[in-house]
Amino acid sequence: MKEKEKNAKDDGFVEEVTLGEIHPLQLSSGGTLSPFKIAYKSWGKLNSDKSNAILVCHALTGDQYARGKNPLTGKDGWWPKMIGPGLPIDTNKYFVICTNVLGSCSGTSGPKEINTKTNEPYGLDFPVITIADMVSAQVMLVNYLKIDQLFSVIGGSMGGMQVLQWAVNHSARVRTAIPIASTWRHSAQNIAFHEVGRQAIMADPNWSKGRYFENDNGPHAGLSVARMAAHITYMSERSLTAKFGRNLQDREKLTFGFDADFQVESYLRYQGISFVDRFDANSYLYITRAMDYFDISADYGGNLSKAFENTPVKFCIMSFTSDWLYTTQESREIVRALNAVGAQVSSVEIDMEKGHDSFLLDCPEMFNIIAGFLAAEAGK
Amino acid sequence: MDINQNNLRASDIRIDLLLIANMIPDGVRVLDVGCGDGELLNFLRREKNAEVRGIELSPNGVNKSVAKGLSVIQGNAEKEISHFPDNSFDYVILSQTLQAMDRPDRILKELLRVGKRAVVSFPNFGHWRVRIHLALKGKMPVTKSLDYPWYSTPNIHFCTIRDFVDLCEKLDIKIEKGMAVGNTGSKMFVNSMILSNLFGTQGLYVIARN
Repeated sequence: MKEKEKNAKDDGFVEEVTLGEIHPLQLSSGGTLSPFKIAYKSWGKLNSDKSNAILVCHALTGDQYARGKNPLTGKDGWWPKMIGPGLPIDTNKYFVICTNVLGSCSGTSGPKEINTKTNEPYGLDFPVITIADMVSAQVMLVNYLKIDQLFSVIGGSMGGMQVLQWAVNHSARVRTAIPIASTWRHSAQNIAFHEVGRQAIMADPNWSKGRYFENDNGPHAGLSVARMAAHITYMSERSLTAKFGRNLQDREKLTFGFDADFQVESYLRYQGISFVDRFDANSYLYITRAMDYFDISADYGGNLSKAFENTPVKFCIMSFTSDWLYTTQESREIVRALNAVGAQVSSVEIDMEKGHDSFLLDCPEMFNIIAGFLAAEAGK
Repeated sequence: MDINQNNLRASDIRIDLLLIANMIPDGVRVLDVGCGDGELLNFLRREKNAEVRGIELSPNGVNKSVAKGLSVIQGNAEKEISHFPDNSFDYVILSQTLQAMDRPDRILKELLRVGKRAVVSFPNFGHWRVRIHLALKGKMPVTKSLDYPWYSTPNIHFCTIRDFVDLCEKLDIKIEKGMAVGNTGSKMFVNSMILSNLFGTQGLYVIARN
């Protein structure tokens, strides 16, 4: 095999394009963005009739490095057992794209990037965006790649919201949709947790009303706390107990102080601190906001079924028993809405103890279903 | 209608499923409640050009169905069926599952709300072996095909062919076709209720709203 081809399937290619120079990106807020950058990664090869493209959508703090080494962290990608040669999203068969979402901080336009009009980072001058805007930006990339219809759009958590948005807003351009551990609208509880995170960032004096790029210091403590709070929602009570219980951290007994006595405290602090190194605080504000604004039924008078009326898209919806952030109940509501309009939908609740983050972990049942679903559809 | 008229080969599919398939006309919309690994749905889609959907409780069954390219949702049949609109299917199938339902009477009504017709098959507890087992041994019958002791069986509402026919009458449900299925899994050519209820191992019925 030629070196380039092997690389495409294995580690993939890192790419970046500037879009919207002539036709600006129209935002849900009424504003526009022009131009903007999309950073993405691709694996595999687009076939001659361009019918084998799969778009993989990342979650809140994810990025385009779904497979292969992430150059920013030096760590492996976030879906290494899902995407690759011979894996469920098989890069021997499919051309796989993963874009960094609009508003994020791995190369796509967001508050950290330079505003070409002012020659300084956007900060809070970046427009408030929605999940629909992220998808509109992806549509422009897919147009740029001259792909009429995606074979599949796949994603977990916020990635699943993008999948649903694609299916609703661009149903003719999506053949199959796989939202995993996701929801059709952010609940009051979801919004509440995000508000805690945002307040933690904004209460940090180093946030400087979002202009921390002018100082040497960012809102590290605030962003760290935001991550710690959010991280709890990604795990289950059972998995935390199994992993840490009430075990003490490097000590024999309680210190009667406020140091990290417990392993779980130490773990959370580490999660918070390491997050600061790789994520932009303003991006965190923008993306959590986009998720809070997400309600796929809003344009349809709150009637979820109406959103899917006459959809040609074939759905496969997955949830996890221990996920209390986006519960099976919420997935079921999507399934029922789809059944109410006679859509083609499969759904599975997977028995897994590890909470919301299960979709990122080694889950053979999830792998099998996705592999089977895609293969059956490709075999038609 | 019998197997030979349809030119469907028995080797393609389990014999009891073939009997059901033979009751479904071409090109209709079908929901299989408790579709297992999707064998029947796959057959109906291929051989009868049916538009098919399924509900299945076991993740493994759903997994196998999805791998066949079928649209199957995982969940409790009695709960999930209530979320389908009226008249959304031409036929709803309930194969070998009636006896495991919480409320067989309610599920029959639901089948005929969602579907214009329903095909229902169930093990016949009026079969002579079952009667003799209870009469002579004085113990709850455990048959080869329903191999559970009484205390842990998922089959909580057994009935006889006569019970089923009585229930349909009580619920004002029309029986369009009915047959007793013999030991070998093929149709028994008996017309009397007494003989069907005594020698049929299964009842198989097409029902509709009156």
